[in-house]
Amino acid sequence: MFIRLSAAVAALSLLSGAALAQAAKPSDPQIAHIAYTAGVIDVAAAKQAVAKSTNKDVKAFAEDMIRDHEAVNKQALDLVKKLNVTPEDNDTSKTLSKNAAAKLDELGKLSGAAFDKAYVANEVAYHKAVDGALETTLIPSASNAELKSLLQTGLKIFQGHEQHAEHVAAMLK
Amino acid sequence: MKPRWIIPVVAGLVSGASISALAATIQISMENLEISPAEVTAKVGDTVEWVNKDVFAHTATARNGDWDVMLQPKKSGTLVLKKAGTVDYYCRFHPNMKAVLTVAP
Repeated sequence: MFIRLSAAVAALSLLSGAALAQAAKPSDPQIAHIAYTAGVIDVAAAKQAVAKSTNKDVKAFAEDMIRDHEAVNKQALDLVKKLNVTPEDNDTSKTLSKNAAAKLDELGKLSGAAFDKAYVANEVAYHKAVDGALETTLIPSASNAELKSLLQTGLKIFQGHEQHAEHVAAMLK
Repeated sequence: MKPRWIIPVVAGLVSGASISALAATIQISMENLEISPAEVTAKVGDTVEWVNKDVFAHTATARNGDWDVMLQPKKSGTLVLKKAGTVDYYCRFHPNMKAVLTVAP
């Protein structure tokens, strides 16, 4: 329990502290890249869960994540195309991807109920961290109104997923 | 007094079926993860139509377990109200989407 909690806290501070603080005032092309990367990361985590989990609630949750984040990212791609903006890779995106790869590795070594719990706990922590980043950094920094509006929809989606993940976590107890 | 969106059931009127003519269809939209109007009053026999304008799938799920309507992206779903009472409902996929439906007898 304590180990899991502290791991979640560590993940959170890694994300919100180190990774996202680097983007003090990211530009729109950087914001687009960060938001898109955050979605890609969650889809990859969900695909791992669909492949590994045997719990039907966990699988259903993971499938919801794939569906929603692919839908948001499609909107994001349509928007950057329309605005003629090229998403720009940056240190925040790189750190997010690096941390996510390590997490996939870590979860890849688990199986059964241990995997389910660790995946869902990480989903709660991850969505919470992304919510924080959207609210405090990405949305306020976005200068294009359409990008800002898409990020606001993204925030509501992420907040919804966080609550959904908390619900699944409670069922696993 | 909350606004009440009512579309008369035209089919019922046309066919002259007086009973169904009394029933209304009430539209509730789901757009950008918001249910609007969030509070709706209806009567037993009315039909509620949720219009999902998002590219995400949603549900209208009664907290008391009475009903669970699946709403595919950009699609609508309907429910004929059979029981009086106040029902809190939400989206199972995005539990931050919440609303209330009050059904009068």
